[in-house]
Amino acid sequence: MSSTRSAYWRGFRAGAPFVLVVAPFGLLFGVVGTEAGLDLAQVMGMTVLVIAGAAQFAAVSLLVENAPTVIVLATALAVNLRMAMYSAALVPHLGGAPLWQRAVAAYFMVDQSYAVSILEYERRPQMSRAEKVAYYFGVVSPVCIPWYASTWAGAVLGGRIPPEFALDFAVPVTFIAMVAPALRTLAHVAAAATSVAVALALALLPYNLWLIAAAIAAMAVGARVELWMRRRGTWT
Amino acid sequence: MTQSDLYIWGIIAALGLGTWLIRFSFIGLIGDRALPEWVLRHLRYTPVAVLPGLIAPLVLWPRATEGETDPARLAAAGVALALGVWTKNVIATVFGGMGTLYLVQYLLG
Repeated sequence: MSSTRSAYWRGFRAGAPFVLVVAPFGLLFGVVGTEAGLDLAQVMGMTVLVIAGAAQFAAVSLLVENAPTVIVLATALAVNLRMAMYSAALVPHLGGAPLWQRAVAAYFMVDQSYAVSILEYERRPQMSRAEKVAYYFGVVSPVCIPWYASTWAGAVLGGRIPPEFALDFAVPVTFIAMVAPALRTLAHVAAAATSVAVALALALLPYNLWLIAAAIAAMAVGARVELWMRRRGTWT
Repeated sequence: MTQSDLYIWGIIAALGLGTWLIRFSFIGLIGDRALPEWVLRHLRYTPVAVLPGLIAPLVLWPRATEGETDPARLAAAGVALALGVWTKNVIATVFGGMGTLYLVQYLLG
């Protein structure tokens, strides 16, 4: 087996366990999107073109509320801003690959493909560029293909789930499930608490402006608390 | 949802393109220039800054009850938060939260 092919399969094996996380999540998005009123093509269109769970849930949730276009786009894209950080972190490893490979790698850049690949690159700095690219696409395969498939299954199933199951509330619960593990430091907790407090306090602002205010205030608080922790030497 | 199909497709296309541009930003366009430390420090908090604010009103004033605070939904959110922080397991958290919602709804009739 060539070294790039074996790198691909190593990546594939490293990404495979995430099927267990991605598949239920995709299923849920398919169900929630359909319940919200998207048709099968729109649910799949969003899953294939956006390929970012949290942003998709956020967009659907705001579309249901008839939020203004700018708010829908700004919120969903803000959720994805963290990927700029992933992109920056991957430059030393994938930056020299041909443009088309970088364009495709960008499309598949999700939390798992970034986190798993960057760990491997740090563990094996002697990997060639081609092996790094192969490894990345290895991780992506068992993460992204089940994402499409499970969304489709959820969308087909979605219309058949009766309203007693209160699926409106699956969205908040899913967001809580996504955010809770990220509350690792005091700075993250402070940011989340600020976000909730500002959103509720300004809830009467028109055009969902409360959400933008909450996000900006929360980011500033998170960054301040982090600085403060660094100065005190309690940041790890 | 009351928007036209064309509008929804427009949103999907804009989100798809915008998200791809964010992902492509450094590996495709900006290259090896380092981000200033203060920018990184703010980017780190985007998910925890946006998502809690987005759902707080949905938990406190749910659409399904026309904005009236619902004990079952509050309990479900509380259990989900506790499970999420404690187990860090997304699936267990979603099932625990929705299970609590059904249980409390059943208990309160």
